[in-house]
Amino acid sequence: MNQRILELEVMRYDPEKDTRPWFQSYTVPCESDWAILDAINYIKENLDTTLSYRWSCHMMVCGSCGMMINGEPSLTCKTFIRDLPDKVRVEPLENFPIERDLVVVLDDVMQKLQVVQPYIIRKDPPPADQEYTQSRAALHKFKQYTMCINCLVCYAACPQYGLDNSFIGPAALSLAHRYNLDSRDQGKSQRLDILADHDGVWDCSFVGACSEVCPKDVDPAAAIQQMKIEGAKEFWKQKLSGGKS
Amino acid sequence: MSRRPYVRPMSKTTWYMRNGRYKVYMMREMTCLLVGFYSFLTIFGLAALAGGSAQSWNSFLASQQNPTMVIFHAFSLIYFLIYQTFAWFELAPKAMPLQFGEKRVADFYIVAAHYIAWAILSAFIFWLAGVF
Repeated sequence: MNQRILELEVMRYDPEKDTRPWFQSYTVPCESDWAILDAINYIKENLDTTLSYRWSCHMMVCGSCGMMINGEPSLTCKTFIRDLPDKVRVEPLENFPIERDLVVVLDDVMQKLQVVQPYIIRKDPPPADQEYTQSRAALHKFKQYTMCINCLVCYAACPQYGLDNSFIGPAALSLAHRYNLDSRDQGKSQRLDILADHDGVWDCSFVGACSEVCPKDVDPAAAIQQMKIEGAKEFWKQKLSGGKS
Repeated sequence: MSRRPYVRPMSKTTWYMRNGRYKVYMMREMTCLLVGFYSFLTIFGLAALAGGSAQSWNSFLASQQNPTMVIFHAFSLIYFLIYQTFAWFELAPKAMPLQFGEKRVADFYIVAAHYIAWAILSAFIFWLAGVF
């Protein structure tokens, strides 16, 4: 297979030594079918064992290898060198604090994923036969939102989250939408208090970048806009019924 | 081992220069300036009409027909077409998806429906304005 020499400029940051991040350049002989993750693995194995980064599956499932590739947030296992120039800049995901080198601190979003109550909430008791049935049509209403792998590439693309990280953000909001749309769920009004609150869907100004960078076509921007409409409908329903709904 | 996470600053005033996607978004949001301007223009026109005299109304009309204003109106129309009509219609299927059975209606049909509604409404307004 053909080899290609790539120059990788990788952002480095050692919390024990550095006051700020800096770039280190590596010359990497790449196979033509490599993804950027392969090139980073090559560095780790052959050139510099001190480089820190996250990865696991190399097949767009685990969601841990998200980074900025030439300024664009994406999964490094899905970004192929054949689509890139000879010089590639690799940085940790934007909008997150850097823990070390290419590793970012994810605590904030992990907490946000819990805040939206991403589980089936029931008010009525479960069906007598203890099994919830769901038609295929009902499943298809929310299926795309189950595809999220929490890679957080969408948060790196979202300027609203970058400017003010109290915003719940794309992945957590589309996860909430996934449960709101689920025919087995009855927790929509319970979630609405969080979603329609100040840091919820109304913080989104529909830049749409989250959906463009999403490696799994989840389309978080769509989820958020649909929830805005739901929220507005609910608001008027409550107003018109004298706040009793 | 001590943790000392580094936070990269994001400029509050120039963040949208970072990539083309953000720039297009800002161009779309800037249509609000034109909306504001045309709101004032409408109020101004109504005030001229409420003035009662034919002269005040005619001078308002004349002010809109000088070449600078004509160029400005033409610019606004094109700007609105690109960054309001096209941009929002493209995004419409995201906010209002349609599903029949298991199949989702293709975005194309939702966008096309918007253009058809737009054409009908525009024709109605032209008819009201006596253009045809």
